[in-house]
Amino acid sequence: MASNTIATMKEKNMQSVKTASQIGKVMAMILTYAFLIVMAIIVLFPFYWMINSSLKTLDEYRQSVPTFWPKVVMFSNYAEAFSAANLGRLFINTMIVGIISTILSLVITVITAFAFARLEFKGKNILFAGLLATMMIPGELFTITNYSTVTTFGWINTYTVLIVPFLVSVFYIYLLRQNFMQIPNELYLAAKVDGTSDLKYLWKVMIPLSLPTLISITILKMMGAWNSYIWPRLVANDDAHKLITNGLRSAFTETTGDVNYPVQMAAVALVSAPLFLVFVFLRKYIMKGVSRSGIKG
Amino acid sequence: MVESKKQWKAWLYLAPALVLLAIFTVWPIFNTVRMAFLENYSGLKAAGGETFAFGIGNFKKVLEYKKFVNCLKTTALLCVATVPISTLLALLISVALNSIKPLQRLLQTIFFLPYVTNSIAIGMVFAAMFNIVGSFHGTQNEIIATAGIVNNVIEFFGGTAVNWINSGSSYAANITVMIIYIVWNALPFKILILLGGLQSINKQYYDAAKVDGSTRSRILWRITVPLLSPMLAYVIITGFIGGFKEYTSIVGIFGATMGPPDDGGRLNTMVGFIYDALSTNSQGRASAAALILFGIILVVTLINLAVSKKNTHY
Repeated sequence: MASNTIATMKEKNMQSVKTASQIGKVMAMILTYAFLIVMAIIVLFPFYWMINSSLKTLDEYRQSVPTFWPKVVMFSNYAEAFSAANLGRLFINTMIVGIISTILSLVITVITAFAFARLEFKGKNILFAGLLATMMIPGELFTITNYSTVTTFGWINTYTVLIVPFLVSVFYIYLLRQNFMQIPNELYLAAKVDGTSDLKYLWKVMIPLSLPTLISITILKMMGAWNSYIWPRLVANDDAHKLITNGLRSAFTETTGDVNYPVQMAAVALVSAPLFLVFVFLRKYIMKGVSRSGIKG
Repeated sequence: MVESKKQWKAWLYLAPALVLLAIFTVWPIFNTVRMAFLENYSGLKAAGGETFAFGIGNFKKVLEYKKFVNCLKTTALLCVATVPISTLLALLISVALNSIKPLQRLLQTIFFLPYVTNSIAIGMVFAAMFNIVGSFHGTQNEIIATAGIVNNVIEFFGGTAVNWINSGSSYAANITVMIIYIVWNALPFKILILLGGLQSINKQYYDAAKVDGSTRSRILWRITVPLLSPMLAYVIITGFIGGFKEYTSIVGIFGATMGPPDDGGRLNTMVGFIYDALSTNSQGRASAAALILFGIILVVTLINLAVSKKNTHY
């Protein structure tokens, strides 16, 4: 109908309709950008406020009208935060757990995914379906029994308890299996004819071809160690094994009264910084991994 | 003979994963169900040789427990409020992002930032923003004297300061803070998924709509949303599942006490209840609560699936 109207219009009218729609278009663009920029400011504000607060003196922080950039920049807050929350020790603990569990988890994921993707054995499909079914169950259900199990094993307050129970992720196995399946079977058979062993084939062909997935898994696993809170708080609360999130929360546990907020914000910034660095350099892998997994850390 | 050798090799490759899964995944499923149906089961007492009768007492006790009902209420409230808000906001942001060229990548990166954060750490930042700053002793005057950045903004626009999370704050104020934080936290994942979906929609639909002279809002609700419905269903379902397991975001803002200082546990959730029961060695009750949580998630997911099946257009 609209096109009919336009067709019957005179040349002059055509022009004015065109400008009107042009103006409408520009207005819509301006509104779109305005909306996005306002939302972006809201999203960024907590980060800005964290850094702004972390550099203030306590007196300046407490002023009734807040300043939007510190008058005196207190880098010393960061040093204080580092020692107050014992961040050095927490960093080391978290790195140990993160690195060891990532490596072991990758090995297990690769060989399991390989067996499901390439090898033939009885009950393969049923077993795989069974594994996938466990993904529906909320983790809390496992935690209750696992807590008793690790207590019986005498694993409380060890690195083992932070690493072993989470080594196998059905989701990562699933992800990698899908990736392995895309590699043509002929390649595998050709390698077999040449007398290449399974492990060599895995190492030389399959792993290089599915490197992006493996990198995504590595990043998500490391971020998981960095962000895990519930399980570590339950089973490893001593200084020698405490992980960073738990340590950060318990170091500044008061929510009112005379908490030194600038120092607390400095500690928060220090804990957040490595995540941002990883994000800046490996953005592509993180976003790809997340869009397929839908899990937080 | 070659076949059986191959079988043997496959099981060898699977062994590490299967052993770990048997201990930490399969056994817990059976054991948690077992403990849930043993009256007043406690790990400590079981180790002392006590035996427990079979029954549904744990479930009854959990459901009669006022604290549990409160946890359920808070969890459901947070879920029902945050999932629609964050989904709608994410939809609008994704559509806007998809319609621009310059700055698209930069803005996309900014909107993803909250995802790569530690929800406890940034929760502490939100707490600082909503907090009443200064040496606070609970008097009305001091609230007004040093109000905190969020209250400053409210006062700037002519409103009155609100006691958001400190002693004496109201449940409604606490929940509002939680909703804001959870939505902020939930946006990146939803935007990522929805934007991915939008970018795969065939441009021909829009060209056809343009020829017909459809308005922008008509295009959004009649073309974009239906074509995006599988992704929308996905983010809504994962949003509900995540929402019913809400816990760490509350710890981030209120600390492990799960509430303002004068009323700890006020904002406790289902997951929090399970861990509280676990830490008092009431595994029976914890298991019953975990099974109830599983049941709720299952039902909500099935409802979501049924609804989305009706409304999803592929």
